Parts: sequence; structure tokens; C-alpha cells
Amino acid sequence: MPEQTQVLRIKRQESPNSEPYYEEFEIPYLAHHNIISMLMEIRRNPVTRQGKRVAPVVFDANCLEEVCGSCTMVINGRVRQGCSQLADSLNGPVTIEPMSKFPVIRDLWVDRSKMFDYLKKAHAWIPIDGTYDLGPGPRIAPSVQEFAYLFSRCMTCGCCLEACPQVNSHSKFMGAAVIGQVYLMSQHPTGKMNLDERLDAMMSEGGVADCGNAQNCVEVCPKEIPLTTAIGAVGRQTSIKWLRDLFMK
Amino acid sequence: MPGHHIIVGGGLAGLTAAMKLAEQGEQVDLFSIVPVKRSHSVCAQGGINGAVNTKGEGDSPMIHFDDTIYGGDFLAHQPPVKAMCDAAPAIIYLFDRMGVMFNRTPEGLLDFRRFGGTKHHRTAFAGATTGQQLLYALDEQVRRYEASGLLRKFEGWEMLSLVQDESGDCRGIVAIDTRSLEMRAFPADTTLIATGGPGLVYGRSTQSLVNTGSAASACYQAGATYANGEFIQVHPTAMQGEDKFRLISESIRGEGGRVWTYRDGKPWYFLEEMYPAYGNLVPRDIATRAIHKVVFEMKLGIDGNPLVYLDVSHLDPEELNRKVAGVLEIYEKFAGQDPRKVPMKIFPAMHYSMGGLWVDYHQQTNIPGLFAAGECEFQYHGANRLGANSLLSCIHGGNIAEPAMIGYAKSHKSAASSTIFDQELSLQRESFDKIFKMNGPENAFALWRELGDIMTENVTVVRHNDKLKTTDDKLLEFKERWGRIGLNDKGKWANQEVLFVRQLWNMLELARPITLGALNRNESRGAHYKPEFPERDDEKFMKTTMAAWSSDGPRFSWEPVDVSLIKPRPRRYDVEKSASEPKAA
Repeated sequence: MPEQTQVLRIKRQESPNSEPYYEEFEIPYLAHHNIISMLMEIRRNPVTRQGKRVAPVVFDANCLEEVCGSCTMVINGRVRQGCSQLADSLNGPVTIEPMSKFPVIRDLWVDRSKMFDYLKKAHAWIPIDGTYDLGPGPRIAPSVQEFAYLFSRCMTCGCCLEACPQVNSHSKFMGAAVIGQVYLMSQHPTGKMNLDERLDAMMSEGGVADCGNAQNCVEVCPKEIPLTTAIGAVGRQTSIKWLRDLFMK
Repeated sequence: MPGHHIIVGGGLAGLTAAMKLAEQGEQVDLFSIVPVKRSHSVCAQGGINGAVNTKGEGDSPMIHFDDTIYGGDFLAHQPPVKAMCDAAPAIIYLFDRMGVMFNRTPEGLLDFRRFGGTKHHRTAFAGATTGQQLLYALDEQVRRYEASGLLRKFEGWEMLSLVQDESGDCRGIVAIDTRSLEMRAFPADTTLIATGGPGLVYGRSTQSLVNTGSAASACYQAGATYANGEFIQVHPTAMQGEDKFRLISESIRGEGGRVWTYRDGKPWYFLEEMYPAYGNLVPRDIATRAIHKVVFEMKLGIDGNPLVYLDVSHLDPEELNRKVAGVLEIYEKFAGQDPRKVPMKIFPAMHYSMGGLWVDYHQQTNIPGLFAAGECEFQYHGANRLGANSLLSCIHGGNIAEPAMIGYAKSHKSAASSTIFDQELSLQRESFDKIFKMNGPENAFALWRELGDIMTENVTVVRHNDKLKTTDDKLLEFKERWGRIGLNDKGKWANQEVLFVRQLWNMLELARPITLGALNRNESRGAHYKPEFPERDDEKFMKTTMAAWSSDGPRFSWEPVDVSLIKPRPRRYDVEKSASEPKAA
């Protein structure tokens, strides 16, 4: 019986401005393989299916437990983390591509720094007075904690931006992730106090109003964060603030 | 005049120091290979220890201190450990204020769970992703300083080496942009290494891919002492994988998970039988050796494989989802089975290095101006770390480093000559030029696999002197073969292979003090177990192993342990601690 193998078709690109191309690799099938362990297999023997020795595929990966967000890529047309895509659940050849909503650095490695810039713009932090000892924090009901915890697991992986039709080269929409973080901060008793600062960011260019309600974000989120709930709530908060600002002028 | 500081590493230790320094108005340059939010700290699942004593159990920092020293088998210097345990409640409160969504009691107070090696509910937790939550809180605070211009981040940069002046003092670093491969020298008054553990020296471990130990190794090769390298914690419960071993958190046992295997056709809960006082919540080294014994000596692994069961199928699924959903999801995702219904299959895996760069009580290494905090230093865990003490030691180490770094910067103000930076930069450029020319038959990633396999086989749970010797011979052979690596990628942009070849050399250098440290230590203590020497030998070995790099291999010396606060006593987990020992002084 011939050895079972797995064929990988990988979109490659040598630098941000060079032309992309596809290369195929065939590696021995192993039951516990996932996309990253298969890319590691290629590193140990970087030879294409056609027998050509090439540079190993460049990819971004770190924790391999789907908690750091690094290895986000498009696998058979669907955006997700490569580490948690098991080989067992793949049928036939698998196509692996870099995310398309971010600049490619090389091969599967993309530059997601704009997502961190959005967090900066949105003031997504709790403004504490200082790190010196001020005793316990505010009391929080378990139900509030459980709800907020859902949003606190966002790993800035970019799946929601990749899947969003409103995130494209003609729009400045910041995407669902940062809206989820704005909503998270408003769940915390201290974070609530400077909600207005964050709403200002959400009312500026690329803010919550640019959401087109496609709801793809919530479909692809690997942490199943209720992003559309956040978008709805932040949208309402900004409307109220807009009216308030109008009358306070 | 504010001081100027470099921090290498953006996990809990590095970000804590960055936040504290920026708060004091100091200038900070923060270097991290990955965006800091993707650092390995995110992997810590279970929680963070602090004797807040909200459960009416009479817990106190003193008992936390005693548990930590006892769990570490009396190898940690006691004064800094006591300071850490004293500081722990305030650390938890600070993170609570910074917005970490810790689990709560019905009254809205912080909830605490039980972890291994203690009888108290002392571990604060945020679901089963506590490390991620703590890291994100710091990431947010550091971003706040970055937005206000007090701190510069160099994400995607890797530290290559230290820049040292004529007297050997650290004056900054040379780092490389992992995208453009541009190398630059960065001067600073002080440098903090906070680069985490050396998991990749063991090939596959529970650690992340950035945890090569390369930066710590570069410091060691530059003259920093590497201490207690032989103390490697093997976590008892991990999933076996092709790319890594995924941790199944100790919190699973804290919430009632049981470890068992079949004996005579019936489930045998061997930890509960062997250690009735602590049961499934014995410390990690004890649980790991018990699993090893059951699998290899008694040949009772599942279907003859090196696996045993970790079982939560008897517990309430809703309670599990509330407290440990994140852990169970990992198992479900990577094994394709629901652990709420089917027992998990697990085996021990390399998890944590208790050893690391030697530091004084102010986190300074023996190289003036060079500091270290977090898993890359040796100070807080002795011969074995207790669960949920690592997040604490990272944050505490960062806290302690801050005033020490400011103090050093104030008292050492003379300018360094620019020639030392140019010299180090050309040295690093030459070494990369050499790697780019490598044209031999060896594949760097395949060689790394071999390194990992032999280190995992011989320098983890059970250690034999003959095998340690063979391993060191192998390391020398690997170093020779490293010279025969052929580079597949000659590209000058985002070339991960060329960076890895250099990291691999540093791993090989670091593997030697780990292996030879184990060879030299003829006793059993904490995570270090030698069947030939099954007892702890305080007279000869209650000492810190100190390794200094030389071109002929590590040179060893030993430093006595400060046991001035708690008198050493035998460590046992089959009986209650209070029944076996005098209370802490």
C-alpha cells in the first residue's frame, strides 16, 4: 500500500511588493498533524512536489494553542488559526493563503500593526491612577464578569477583519475587534468613567457607523466573541452621545 | 534627567518593568520578537497565587512562603521568595484595578481556587486564560504610555548580543529587525532581559516558538552566570503533538480532575493511593514521576502507550465551563474529543525552567547594568516551581527590577565610547555573513529535532549519569554538525531560517550547563531525580549551581543557599505538611 500523504498548495510571495505565486508540497500523512506541524515538516525538507528545492515557507506562529493569535491564515478559503486546523479533518489537498486584508511581509506572514494602532486610537485601557498599592479593585457581580470575560479573550488575530466586506482598500473601517474592546472597557466600573473618550474614537472616521451588518465577524471569530452584540451596543452608545453632544453645545 | 532603559521581551516580566519605568518618567525601549500581545505569557492558564485569605482558611503570605520554599525543596534563597509572597496580594489587587476579569464570588469579591502543593484556596483566576488576561492588562497600560510618547516599542526585533565596555559593563544591545534583517546597536543605561524560558532546547515542550532561550544564552556567552540550569520542570499533564506538547492546566485537578489508568481491568487512581494527603494535587515533580513509574516501570500506560487518563467526566459540565472552559476547549480542539464526556489522554512534557540567569536580590546579573526578570532568571522557585507561582514571579521580578534599574542609571552616568557599539555591530554582521554562506548537508530544523529528542529522553524526569555524559558528547557532536548546516533560504528579507540557525547555536550552548549541571548534582531534589542518588543531600548540594561560559565549555562553581528564614526539612506529600514539620519561623 502506498504511504498516505497530504498535499499542500501554498500561496507564496517573496516580499511586500513582489508577485504572489503558488507552490505545492506533498508530505507524509500523520494523524496528529495540524497546519503548523505540516509547515514545520516542510522546513525540514523544503522540496516541492515537483522536486525543486526552495526556501522554506515563511509563517507567523507562536503559542500553537490558539491563544496568541499569531498563525492566522486562510485555509481552503476560510480564515482561522493554522495550529488548530487538524489534518484529520481535511479532505484532499489543502490551500493555504495569507490573509488578504493586511500587507504581506513574506509568504504567510502579514503585518497586523494597524489593529494595535486602532486600540491606541480607541484608548482601549483602564485609566488607573497609578500602579502603587491602592487596595482592592471595584466589586463586580459574577454575571458581569462572565459576560465581560467573553470579550476579554480577543487575541487581535484579525479573522473578523479578514471576513468583513466593509474592511477593504476603499474604506477606513477599523473592524469588529476594536469595537469589542471598547465594549469590554465599558463593562468595567473604572473603564466606564472615561467611556466618552472611546466613543469619540468610535464616532470618528472608520468607526462603528461603517459597519455594514454583514455579521461575518461573529461567524469566523475563533473565540466565539459576541461581536455583533458589541457593535449594536456601541452603536447605541454613540447615538446617545451624539444627541447629548448636540444639546450640550 | 531620566534614565534610558532597554527591555528585551514583552511578556509579563518585561511589560511590568516597562509600565513601572514609564510611570516614573524614564525612557524605555521595548524589544520583542512578536507583537507583545502574542508573548508566551498568554499560555499560562491556571492562575496567580496570593494569600488574600478570603475563604476563611487562615491563609497568610507566610504560609504561601513556606509552601513555595518547601515545594522548591529548599534550593531557593529565602529572603526574595518571602518578599514575593508578601507582595502577592497587592499584585493581584493591582491587576484587578487594571481591568482583569478575574472570576468572582457571589458577593462580587475575587474568587480563589486550589492548586498543587498547597492546602489553601490561594489562586486568583480569570477563566482558564489567566496569563492571557494579565498580559492583556499590561499590554493596555503599556500602550497607554506608548500613545503618550514615553515608551518606544520595537516589535519584530530580536536581540542578538550585549554591548559591553572595557570593564565588561553592559551598555546596550545589538538587535536585528526580523523583516528587513537590518542590524542596529542601541545604547542604554540599563538592560533588562525578560525573554522567558528555554523550552525549544527540548524541541517540543509546552512553551511557545519564541522560547528558544537564545537571548539568555547570548548573555551567558557574554559572561553572565547561568544558575541551576539542571532544574527543569516537567508538567505532568500535557497532550502529545507533532509540533508541541499542549498543556492541560493543573487547574483541571484543582477543580476535581482525577488521574488514573487501568490496572487489572479496573480504573486505578494511583496519585490518590500513593499520596493520600494531597492526592491529585501533589506538586508537579511528584505527579510526573508517579506517571513515569506507572507507564515505564509498571507498564500500565493506556493500550501500552506512554499515556494515562486525566478525567473530569464525573464533574458538573456547567461548573467546568464556568471555571476551566478554555482548557477543555484546547483539548477538544486539538484532540477532537469532548473531555466533559471522555477522559483526556495525557503525558508529562517539559514545561518550565526553574534555572536561568543568576541575579542578585535586585534582579541584577553579575554583569553590571544587565538585569533579568521572569522565567529567564533563577531566583524564585528553587528545585521545583509550584503552580500559579510563575505569573507571580514574573510580575514581582519586573516590579523589583524597576527601582534597581533607575538607581543604577543614576549612579552610572559616564558616556560609553561609540567604538564599542561599532565593534559589536561588525561582529554580529560578520557572524551573519558566515551563516549566509553555509552550504553543507545538514538541515537546521532537522538538527533541532535531534537536539530536542535527546534532551527530552535524558535530561527530564529521570536522570542517569552515564546518559547525561552521552548527552553532553552528543551536544558537542551537534555543535560540529551545526557547522555543516546548509541554508535553503539565501534571501535577505524576512529570512526565518537564517535567524533560526543562529538561535540553534545558542540553544546548543545553553543545553550544556543544563546537562552538565545535572551530571554534577549527585542527589535528588525537586524536579531533579537520579535513581543512583535517590535522597536529597543538603550537606553537599544545598547549593546553587553557577555556570560560567568558557570556550572549553561551562565552568562550574557553587553558592550556598540562604536558608535563614525556614529551616530545611524533608519534603513529603503522602502526609499532611503540618504533621511532618515545624512551622515557619
